[in-house]
Amino acid sequence: MKRRALLAGAAALPLFNIVGSERARADANPIKIGLLEDVSGDLAVFGIPKLHGSQLAVEEINGKGGILGRPIDLMHLDPQGDNARYQEFARRLLQKEKVDLLIGGITSASREAIRPIVDRTKTLYFYTNQYEGGVCDASMISVGAVPEQQLSTLIPWMVEKFGKRVYTVAADYNFGHLSAEWGRTLLKPLGGEIVGEEFIPLGVSQFAQTIQNIQKAKPDWLYMLNVGAAQNSFFPQASAAHLDIPMGSPIKIMLGFEHKLFPPPVMANMYATANWFEELDTPAAEDFKKRWRAKFPKETYINDMGYNAYVALYMYKMLAERAQSLDKDTIRKVIAKGDAGIDAPEGHIVIDPKSQHTSHHMRLLSVDKENKVHIVKDFGVIQPYWLGQVGCDLTKYNPKEQYTPDHLPPKR
Amino acid sequence: MLADSFSYFYQFADVFAFLVLSAAGLAIIFGMMGIINLAHGEFIMCGVYVTSAAYHAGLPLPLAQACGAIAAGLIGMLLEVTIIRPLYSRPLDSLLVTWGISLVATQGTLIALGSTFPGIDMPGHSFSVGDYSFSSYRMVLFAASLCVLGFVYVLFMRTRFGVHARATMQNPGMAQALGVRKGLIYAVSFGIGTGLAGLCGALYAPTMNLIPTMGTSFLVEAFVTVVVGGANVLLGTAPAAIALGIIRTGLNAWYGQVVGEIGLLIAVILIIRVLPDGFSGWLTRRSS
Repeated sequence: MKRRALLAGAAALPLFNIVGSERARADANPIKIGLLEDVSGDLAVFGIPKLHGSQLAVEEINGKGGILGRPIDLMHLDPQGDNARYQEFARRLLQKEKVDLLIGGITSASREAIRPIVDRTKTLYFYTNQYEGGVCDASMISVGAVPEQQLSTLIPWMVEKFGKRVYTVAADYNFGHLSAEWGRTLLKPLGGEIVGEEFIPLGVSQFAQTIQNIQKAKPDWLYMLNVGAAQNSFFPQASAAHLDIPMGSPIKIMLGFEHKLFPPPVMANMYATANWFEELDTPAAEDFKKRWRAKFPKETYINDMGYNAYVALYMYKMLAERAQSLDKDTIRKVIAKGDAGIDAPEGHIVIDPKSQHTSHHMRLLSVDKENKVHIVKDFGVIQPYWLGQVGCDLTKYNPKEQYTPDHLPPKR
Repeated sequence: MLADSFSYFYQFADVFAFLVLSAAGLAIIFGMMGIINLAHGEFIMCGVYVTSAAYHAGLPLPLAQACGAIAAGLIGMLLEVTIIRPLYSRPLDSLLVTWGISLVATQGTLIALGSTFPGIDMPGHSFSVGDYSFSSYRMVLFAASLCVLGFVYVLFMRTRFGVHARATMQNPGMAQALGVRKGLIYAVSFGIGTGLAGLCGALYAPTMNLIPTMGTSFLVEAFVTVVVGGANVLLGTAPAAIALGIIRTGLNAWYGQVVGEIGLLIAVILIIRVLPDGFSGWLTRRSS
C-alpha cells in the first residue's frame, strides 16, 4: 500500500500534531507515555481501537491515583502508516519529549523501523500486537501473542481436522514471509505438505488468479496470512467463486474483524487462535467489554490489538509499582523474577524473563455460516517458550536481534 | 484442456475489466480534459460508499449501483464548477488541487463514517468448467467493461454532445464562437468522467473490503492504462487494456502476483519509451 501512495507521498505535507494528548495536571509531575498509532491512512481501522484501548486504560489508571501516585500523560502521535514518520515521531518522543515509556506500532515493518532508535536510549518500548515472533531485545516487551501461542496450536489442529495439504496465501513483507516460514517449520514434523505458496503485494485487491491456483492445487485447507483491507477482498471473491475450503489464520477475525465487515457467509469456515476476541464471555471479559463500550459506544469491534494496548498500560503499572521506579534496569530486575504478571480480562498473564514476551490464554475460534464466532477449543495458558528454547536469554545478554526458525541465535 | 483455456480467458477478462473500469473515467478527465485527477480513487470510493449505503437502505443492487455512479457524477460536476474550472491550462496546479481533494475526501470519510463500512452481499451465482468454479459476477464485470467502452465511443463519436465536447477540448475559443456552451460542456464531461469512476466503484463494491482509502488500490492501474492508451481515449483505452491485460494475466499465471505487478509496470515503461504518444498516437499516425 505504500507503493501506491507514491503519488501522494511525493509532496507529503508535514501533517503533524499531538492528538488526544490527555494532559494531566502539571503540578503532579506526570509520567509521560509516548504512543505511536495510525489513526488515519490505510491502517486506521486497526489504529483507532488501539488508541481507544490506551485511552481507556489511562483514564482508569489516572482515576485510581495513577502510577506510583503520579498521573499518566499520554502523548499520541499519528504516523499515518508511514514508516519514515514512525522514525521521525519516535525520535521526537524519545529525545525531545523524553517520554518514560514508548508504546505502539502496528506492522512488523514499523516496529523494526523504530526499534534501533529505541535501542539507543534507556527507554522501555511496548509492542502491543500479535506478530511473527523472534525479537530478542532487552528494550522491548511484547504484549501480543506469538507463533508458539498461535501457530503451534492452530496448525496441528487444522492438520488433524482437515488434512495435510496446505496452501499459503501471504502478504509480501516481513510478517507474511516469516509466518509462512513458521508454517513450513511446523508442518514438517506433522508430515504436512505445502501444495502452494503465494506472496501477494500489499494493496493488491483482485484474486481471481489466486483462487484458480488454489482450485488447481486442491489443498485440504488454506493458511491465510493476507494483510490489509485491499487483500481482505480475497474473502468475498473466494466466497463468490464457491471455493469452500477451510481456512486457518493467526490474524483474521480477532484482529481484522472481517466477520463484522463482510456479510455472511463470506467468513464461514475460518479458524483462528487468539488470546482475545470480543466474543469471549468470561466474567472478566464481560466486565472489560462493558467499560470499553461505555467509553466508546460506536466501536465496530474490540479487537485483540485494542485489548493488548489496554493490557500494556496495566502491565507497565504493575512493573513500575513492583520496582518502585520507572528506570528500565530496575524494571527488568522485576521481570527477571519470572512472576511479573497481571490479572487481565483473558486471565492471568506473565512476562517471560528470557524473551520479555507475554504468556497468554489461547483459544481456538471458528466462524459459522451466519458469521457467528464459536470457541472450538481452549488451549489454556501457553508460555512464549520458543525464543528461550533456541537460546535467547535477555537476563544474560542482549543481542537486539529478530530470530526466525531459519535464523537462530549463535550457540554460546 | 477446455477448462484451462476457459480459465485463461476468464483471468484475462477479469484483468481487462479491472483496467477498463478503473481507467474509463480518468481517460476522459486526464486523457481528454488534461486534468491530472489524483482524486480519481476517491470518486471510485464515493461510488462504493453510496452503493453500499443505498443497498443497506433497501434498494436492489443494480439500482444502488446506479445511485453510486450518479452521486459521483453530480459531485464531480459540482467540483468542476467550483474548483476545477480555472485549472485547465495549469496541469501541475490541477495535480495539487485534486490531491488536496483526495486527502479531504479520505480523511473526511474516516471522521464522518468511521474506519470501516459494511460490505455488500456478493451476487452468489457461480458456474463450473472442469475442475474450476468461477464467480458469475466477474463475467458481469467483463460485460460492463465492454458496455462502458461502447458507451464512451458512441457518446463522443456519434452524438451532438460528443462533437461539441471534442471541439471544446480541441479549441475552446473557436467552439464558443460557434455557439457551444463551453462551461456546460466542461461540467458535463467532467461529471461523466467522475460518474464512470463512481460506476467502477459501484461495480466492485460487492467484491471488496470497504475503507476510506480503498480508492488508491485502483489508482495505479487507472493512470497506467490511460498513459499507455495515449491522448485519444476513444482509440487508446481498449488496446491499452488488452495489451496490459495479456501481459499481466500471463505473468500472474506463471510467476505469481508479485511478478505480475512488476511486469505490468516494466511493460508500461517500455511501451511509453517506444510509443511516447501511447497506442492512440501510434494508431493515428498509421492511419494518416
